[in-house]
Amino acid sequence: MSKVDLSVDLAGVKMKNPVVVASGTFGFGREYGQFYNLNELGGICCKGLTLHRREGNPPPRIAETPMGILNSVGLQNPGVDAFIEHELPELKQHDLAIIANISGNTPEEYGVMCEKLSAAGVDMIEVNISCPNVKAGGLAYGTKPELAAEVTRMAKSHSTVPVMVKLSPNVTDITEIARAVADAGADALSLINTLRGMRIDLNTRRPILKMNTGGLSGPAVLPVAVRMVWEVACAVDLPILGMGGVARGEDAAQLMLAGASAVAVGTACFADPYAPIKVRDGLAQITSAQGLDKVSDLTGGVRPW
Amino acid sequence: MPIEQICTIVEASKLNEYAYSFTLEVGDMVTRHGLKAGQFLHIACGEGLLLRRPISVCQVEANAPHDTARVVFEVRGEGTHWLAGRQAGEKVNVLGPLGNGFAISTDDRLLLVGGGIGVPPLLGQAVYTAGKATAVLGFRSADRAMLVEDYQDNCAEVYLCSDDGSLGRHGFVDAQLRDILEKDKNFTAVLACGPKPMLKNVAKVAAEFGVPCQVSLEERMACGVGACLGCAVQMADGTMKHVCKDGPVFDAKEVDWNV
Repeated sequence: MSKVDLSVDLAGVKMKNPVVVASGTFGFGREYGQFYNLNELGGICCKGLTLHRREGNPPPRIAETPMGILNSVGLQNPGVDAFIEHELPELKQHDLAIIANISGNTPEEYGVMCEKLSAAGVDMIEVNISCPNVKAGGLAYGTKPELAAEVTRMAKSHSTVPVMVKLSPNVTDITEIARAVADAGADALSLINTLRGMRIDLNTRRPILKMNTGGLSGPAVLPVAVRMVWEVACAVDLPILGMGGVARGEDAAQLMLAGASAVAVGTACFADPYAPIKVRDGLAQITSAQGLDKVSDLTGGVRPW
Repeated sequence: MPIEQICTIVEASKLNEYAYSFTLEVGDMVTRHGLKAGQFLHIACGEGLLLRRPISVCQVEANAPHDTARVVFEVRGEGTHWLAGRQAGEKVNVLGPLGNGFAISTDDRLLLVGGGIGVPPLLGQAVYTAGKATAVLGFRSADRAMLVEDYQDNCAEVYLCSDDGSLGRHGFVDAQLRDILEKDKNFTAVLACGPKPMLKNVAKVAAEFGVPCQVSLEERMACGVGACLGCAVQMADGTMKHVCKDGPVFDAKEVDWNV
């Protein structure tokens, strides 16, 4: 295999390869860091943070579905200050882009977290306006263009690092939200978050998840992700971190052809801790096989009918 | 530190209509990575299923060139159904060692209380304490019993109970536990594994007699390593802990039994 340039630039954040791990699937890197050096990754979207510690939702939080899983973890996290004190220093020992993911109950909370994280030296902030598993804020911000724009403006005005807004697929027209967020000054977009779903136990007639519904991820959602990345890439001129069901290099290549500058691997890690590395190597192979020198040449290369 | 290991199944047997026993070659997982009974292995179950299945370790042996681990599981759904179909000589993809086992020493005089598929992980604790343990094993019915001879070979005393009276004492394990402790509460620990309602009752009886109690819990799990925060358990202090990383064994006093 000839040497392929895997480096990418996501809104000014330089990464040695386009493979990031998705928020909520990789903690703060400690667990999978037992299996391999985190320097193998292009970047990490850390477990979603809130201003204060959250214990999350009651169990069961996980249900397996055909080629996917439903989760209703509910943003369990130690809070932004504990992250900065106990997790960030360890992550900074590694050579990868550190992307902090944040959720707030109010626009003001987003602002406070952005200030703290910018000062603490993360490389980028991913603004979650699309968590389906919390009552306040969360998904509400991600489904109303004017609220999404307000949160984006607040995050931008309190950040000194690039701000990426994570979009929900649980909307009729994702481009409407994408445009609102772009106009409000976002530096990048990431998509898709999970799709709301439900599974019922036939014997007990109870939903498997204690919260009744949860977010669907895994290979089942890949085609939805490819379609939405394509729609958003056509609608706005912002770099995109594409995610949703990526398990192989081929999946990642599809998202990049659809318009993504980088990709995130999430649920695939649960089956195979080495999935991000395999996706990276698969992407290199595909890039080379297609006669390209740089993986970034894949971005936006789809030839729609 | 956990590793990924392709393990050959060296022995596969059926213990009853639902339960299977596999002995796996686990590389150096015992000698180098400290795998012990009561921890679990996260086993990939076929190509069509996304998630691995967490299976408790029943016994381990340090061997050359391969350490071995015995796992016992029941067919509960698609994943374990696939696993049950594997034969000796086939290979499975395993992550392990995962989780924390029971905190015990070889000097301990243990009172082991297992219910159903909670019976297997306690066998290794009986072996570890070299025949000093007393075991109370509960099954739904005689045809669901398993590992009874293994326990009789490795314990000072074994009491059997069944929900329908078809094996041993008719009734639940906590009633037998109470009878034992009323005569002799000179045990260093009660170790329990089984359905949550059973564990709640066992924890209550152990607390009444002032004997420390450790319980091994189950919850629906995804990553198995502590990254996804899926397998949450509510603690008495209002916090959440996770079966895969903080457990599966917990001090019974820490667990919120009222949820």
